[in-house]
This record gives sequence, structure tokens and C-alpha cells, in this order.
Amino acid sequence: MELIFKKLSQLSAGLLFVILAATTLVLYWSAKPAIEAFGVGFLIETRWGVEEPLVAAGGQLESSDELTGSDSTDGGDDDFIDDEDDFIMDDEDASDDTTREVYGALVPIVGTIFSTLIAMLFSIPIAMGIAVFLAEIASSSIAKPVGVAIELLASIPSIIYGMWGLFYFGPFIASIFGGNTVSLLVAGLVLAIMVIPFMAALSRDAISTVPDMLKESAYAMGATKLEVIKDVVFPYAKAGIIGSIILSFGRAMGETMAVAFVIGGIYQFAGKVTDPTNSIPVVLANSFAESSGLSLSVLFYLALVLFILSFIVIGVAKFYFLRRK
Amino acid sequence: MSNMMEVQNLRFTYKGAAAPSLKGISLPIEKNKVTALIGPSGCGKSTLLRGMNRIHDLYPGHVYDGAIQLLNPDGESYTDILSLKKEAEMIRLRQRVGMIFQKPTPFPMTIYENIAYGLKLSGVKKRADIDEIVENSLRDAALWGEVKERLNHDARGLSGGQQQRLCIARAIALKPEVILFDEPTSALDPISTLAIEEMISVLRESYSICIVTHNMQQAARISDYTGFMYLGEMIEFDQTDNIFMKPSVKQTEDYISGRFG
Amino acid sequence: MRLIANRLFLIFSTLAALIGLFFLGWILFTLCAKGLAGLSLQVFTHDLIEGGLRNVIVGQIIMSGVATVIGIPVGILAGVYLQEYGGDSKLTEFIRDLSDVMMSAPSIVVGTFVYAIVVIPTGHTSGWAGVLALFILMVPIIVRTTDDMLKLVPVELREAGIAIGASKYHVTMNIVIRYAKAGILTGILLAFARVVGETAPLLYTSGSSEFWSTDLTGTFPSLTVSIYNLATMPDEEMVQLGWTGAFLLTAMVLVINLIGRYASNDKRR
Repeated sequence: MELIFKKLSQLSAGLLFVILAATTLVLYWSAKPAIEAFGVGFLIETRWGVEEPLVAAGGQLESSDELTGSDSTDGGDDDFIDDEDDFIMDDEDASDDTTREVYGALVPIVGTIFSTLIAMLFSIPIAMGIAVFLAEIASSSIAKPVGVAIELLASIPSIIYGMWGLFYFGPFIASIFGGNTVSLLVAGLVLAIMVIPFMAALSRDAISTVPDMLKESAYAMGATKLEVIKDVVFPYAKAGIIGSIILSFGRAMGETMAVAFVIGGIYQFAGKVTDPTNSIPVVLANSFAESSGLSLSVLFYLALVLFILSFIVIGVAKFYFLRRK
Repeated sequence: MSNMMEVQNLRFTYKGAAAPSLKGISLPIEKNKVTALIGPSGCGKSTLLRGMNRIHDLYPGHVYDGAIQLLNPDGESYTDILSLKKEAEMIRLRQRVGMIFQKPTPFPMTIYENIAYGLKLSGVKKRADIDEIVENSLRDAALWGEVKERLNHDARGLSGGQQQRLCIARAIALKPEVILFDEPTSALDPISTLAIEEMISVLRESYSICIVTHNMQQAARISDYTGFMYLGEMIEFDQTDNIFMKPSVKQTEDYISGRFG
Repeated sequence: MRLIANRLFLIFSTLAALIGLFFLGWILFTLCAKGLAGLSLQVFTHDLIEGGLRNVIVGQIIMSGVATVIGIPVGILAGVYLQEYGGDSKLTEFIRDLSDVMMSAPSIVVGTFVYAIVVIPTGHTSGWAGVLALFILMVPIIVRTTDDMLKLVPVELREAGIAIGASKYHVTMNIVIRYAKAGILTGILLAFARVVGETAPLLYTSGSSEFWSTDLTGTFPSLTVSIYNLATMPDEEMVQLGWTGAFLLTAMVLVINLIGRYASNDKRR
């Protein structure tokens, strides 16, 4: 019994490794045809599902470079329609040796990065404000219930944020800034609102580890609340606060449902923030069911890219800030 | 009157508490003397001390009654610090009445910045002035020799005893008139404790000091006056020698001789 | 000057808190207003095909429940390994890191993984694929809580157990885990609440079905996926049903969270 128990627990711990390794390998294997077809150029290619003559394949990188610079790919809308055509014609394409389809990840990569950055831009000040308010300003009769409410809000499924964004927040933003009700801006803001409770709760926890006596000794030297928070509380809780920001960054970057409703889902750069565009998770969510062959492999390539990106984010957070003793 | 501070019939009730924690305390803090407060835990000695720079007020809702007079810089008139309301006045008060806590509280910055911090807050701008005060304060705290080579290191890298001396240096950099010590050696080893005690007897030359201690020998060693508190009341206040040699109240004698507390 | 800066800062913080709470309040308000409007008994007694949500709610709970039932022993055992057997070795730290990495992996990526290893080989979406995706998402959360909770168990308690002659297994099962029970239970409830609201990993693993089904080998009804589908339909009534589903989902998640909180508070004090 003793031995079985020990073995079982070892096995369970080992399973974590197996799952993670398998995820990486399976994604890689499934992405392999796409990786072979497009190489690293995939990351800076702007076209998605566009046919090009095979002869020109050699010059593919060159042509993509030209497109990278410009936001206004006039073929954007066509791409969208093409996509469905391609799907239907998939078999034909395969037998047709003179053309091939080109896929590139730059649009969703840029969309992912920018929507996440917009989210951070708005969520960091507000979440920090909430954290400071809860930990340092509000009396405990307010801080307790509001704190619990924030934690509960952090647990609301992300699809709810997306749905609200589509029906209420998107139109609200469009009425202020003009543009579409689905756009990069709306996606970024919905992400911001989604991660605020999460980031605020984690930062609040970090801030409340600052010993009262340390704060009192700063007050005892004649510091104001702002000075105590700026010079003592934040530096003391720095690791935890930055950790909470990085984790929120990772969460926003990998988020699917909150964004899927409101980013537009078209393969086109957003010339303005109020234009629709795409993000990696949303491409994955929207295209899987209707893909096969190379176009499916491309999606796995995209998933691999996202996986590696999130791996980097958590790696940075773990390495620098979240070392648990 | 050569009293730097005078607590007059102070009553203090914590927020939401039914009974006051201080029940009419009166106490002088004589100029350039060390006044010790002793008594069993919960007797209100720390509560009293924390009223003397109104650090209690960080947590709203507590109730003061009575008066705490602080000698004005003119050396004649007094101001009741309990009458202060404006934030600017509170900040000024805390710069005039410094405080050292039970545990060392180095700020998360370098050794130099720890000392310079209060100066910057109080508006000292010139780098040369700050440098000079930092050095003098560290010398007065008997820490200069140990840290002069590493002023730019994080203060949290110092040992506990060094950290506490840093906190003292930080407090005296502001040239306060009174320094409050709240059990400053309770987290330190005997050798560091001795160093702090020696420093307090030197600091007496320039500052008026009030120290709360749970250690009766410490009070006997370093203080000029001692107040014995019990259950929120000042049972006896007298010169330290009298308190320890011939206390006039039975309770004091019992406590001193270790019969209770 | 300093005082003005201080005042401005306090105002800003409070304002930031109010803005944040305003939006979150707005979301909850819409959710309740729209969700309650469509709430009727029919929602619980009819399947999606007949305009209700019965099958998808049950389906979501079955998938999350099965994932939890499998995830509990695996997660707890792995947590036990980290605290009780692993010691301070590099390997333990490594597995801890892996678990944290898995915990923050985008859920859609887990979906793609399961799609590749289950859906493509079997040729169709299935409840088991959904269960597997949720299981993968859930295990690291349980590992983390178990790990954290066991860490709080005093060493003396373990030593005392060993000292009266109990084996490591008995000490772990009867003393350590029992001591940390409330915390672990809370962790499990929170993990369940987390996966029950997941959409992305189910989109093309379980898919969703409009019909009643308890057969995990086939395409399985999912509440979250159905909400996604309903909300993007042009038909007003469908959208309304989506809101009702969203309301019920949120209510379920919040209630489980509150129970989890209550469970841990109750035992601690």
C-alpha cells in the first residue's frame, strides 16, 4: 500500500510533464507541414489563404515584405470571402500543382499584441487604483465586501465579458469614438475590463503583505499617504505587483472568448484602433471546424506560436518575480 | 517648566471599544531626560506612546480626551497636539516627535536613501546638505564606520541590530525634539540591545526621550524617570531610582519584584 | 504641494476603483436584466432544440463533473508528491514550474491539443474529448492548491505521526490531508467553477449538441458553446436564450465560488 501510494503520486506528478511535453510535440507534429511550407516567414507574412502561382514561391518572402509595411491591404475583404471558397475548393487545390495557398500569421500576431497592450494600458492604472483603494484607503467595512466582490468578478467566465462587449460595450465605444462596434479598441478594452479584477485582487494581496509597522514608520517621519505608497509600499511589494501584471498580460494574450465576439475576425490590419482585425486565439476558435490538410496544419502552427508566447510570458514571470520559497 | 511634553488626564478609546484603554493618564516628558514606561502587556503603555505622535490617527475612529502639550520652538508656550486637525500640522508634528518601532523597519531602498528620505520629505534639497546630515546621523547612531563603504546597498541587507540603529539614524536626521521608542530592542539579541541602550544614553544629551519597554532592567539601566502602568492607569510615576528602590505603591513593588505581570 | 499631490492621488485611486466597479457593475446588471427576462421553467424542462437549455446545462455539468472526478485524485496525488515525497530537489521545483506553466497556458491551445489527439483520430467531436480538455485545465489548479495547503501543515504534526509509528502513507492520508482538507476542498470547488465556465477548449472538442445526450462518446451538449452559438445568431429569440444561459452560467460559477469561500472560512475559525 505504502509503495503503491508513493508510485501513484509519482505517476501523477509525472503526468504533468507528460501532458506538457505531449502538447508541445503534438502541436509541433501537426504544424509540421505548415512549418515546412512557410518556415519562419509565416510569422511576418500578412496574407491568409491567398493563392499564388508556385513559380513565385521563391519570391514569396520578398513580396510579403512589401505588404508588411502597409496597413491597407485592399484585398482584405476579398481574403475573407476567399477563405470560404478555398475551403470548398481544397481538394482541387491539392491536385493543382501550379498554385498554392499562402498563409501568414502577422495579422493575428499584431492583433494579439496590440489588443493585449491596449488592455494593459487601461487595466494597470485602474487595477492599481483598486488595489491601493482596497488595501490602503477604504475602511475595512468597505474594503472587505468590495474585495470579495472583486474576487468573485475575477471568476466570471470570459464568454460573459465577450457577450456584453458585443451587445453593449462595443456600440457604446462606437458611439463615442466612431468606427465599428467590433474593433481592436473594443477588444482591448473588453480584455482590460476582464483582467482588472484578477490583477487588482493579486496586487491587493501583494500590497497587504507590507507590514503595518513599516508603513507607520514612514508616517512617523511625516510622509503623506501618497509618499508612503510610492516610496515604501510599492517598492516593498514590487515583485508581487509586477508578477500580477505579467500574469494578467498572459491571460489577456491567450484569451479567446472575450475577444472572439468583439474583434471582428477579419484578416486585415487595423489601420485605426476602431477598425476590426484578428487575434491568434480567435483565428483558432473560428477556423478549426472548417479546415483540413494544409490549412489545418497552419492552425496548429498558429497554436504553437501562441503556446510559445505564453510560455515565454510565464517563464519571465516565474524567473524574475514569482519564485516561491 | 522644563517639560518637553506633558500628557494631561489623557483618555483614549479604541474604535468600537466599550471601555477606554487609557483612563486619565498624566505624565511629563522632561527635556533631555529619558522617561521609561513599564507595565504588564495590555497595560496601555504602547497605546500611550502611540498617542504622543498621534500615529493612532492613521486608523480613523479612535477617541481622544484630555490634552497632550508639546513645547513650542519658542521654549515657553505649549500647543495641545490633540487639537491639531490639518494634515500639514500632523506631518509637522511627526517630524518633531520621532518614533522607533518594536522591529527594525528599513524602507525598501538603499542605506543612504533611508536616511535622506525624511529630509527630502521635509524639503531639504541640496545634495551637500543631505550628504552631511546623512553622515552625521549615521555617526550619532554609531553606524557610520560599518556602512560608509556601502551606502548604496539595500538597507535590508544589514543585520537586525544595524537595521535598528539605521532607523534611529533616520529618525534623528530630522532633528526631532522628542524620540519615542516602542520596545526598540524586543527583536534584538543581547549585544545589539546593549548597543542601542548605550546610544539612547548618548542621545539624551540632545533629545527628550520616552521609551516603552517590557524589560524592567532596561528601564532601570537607562531611564531617569519611570512610569508604571497597569490596566490603563498610571499607578506610579517617579524618578527611576525611587521606583525601583522604594516604590510607594504596593502594586509597583509587586511588579518590580516579579510577583505578578 | 505635497498635500495637494496626496489629495489628487487619493481621489484618483478612489475614482479608478469606482470606474472599475462601474463597468463590472454594468456587466452584472445587464446580465441580470437580460438573463432574468428570459428565465422560465421551460428553460429547465426543454432541450435546446425545443427552445430550452436543459440538455446543455446538464451536459456542461457532466463534462466538468467527470473531469473533476478524474482530476481530483491525479491533482491531489501530484500535490502530495511535491510536498511529501519530492523534498527540495530540482525535480520537484521543475514539476512545480511545469504545473504553473500549464495553469497559465491559453485554454484554446489545450483545445487544439485535444483536437489533434482525440478528434482527428476518432473523426468526430465527443464528450470525452471535452472532458480531457477540461481535465488538463483543471489538474494544475488542484496541484497548486494541494501543494500550497499541504505546505501549511506543521512539520511537527508529521513528525508526531511518524513518532507514534504510523507509516508515511498513513501520516499523509490520515493526518496531513485531513488537516488540509478544508483548503483542498475549496481549491477543488474553485477549479470546478473555473472549468465549468470554459468555452474555448470545448468549441471543437465536445462541440455542442441541441439534443439530450449522456453518451460521452459522441458530440456532447455544452452550455458555454451553445451560448456562443446562440449569441451570434440573427434571431432575437436565440440571442435571448443565450443571455439566459449566460446568466445561469454566471450564477452557477458565483454560487460555487461562494460555497468554496464559505467552506474554507468555516473550518479555519
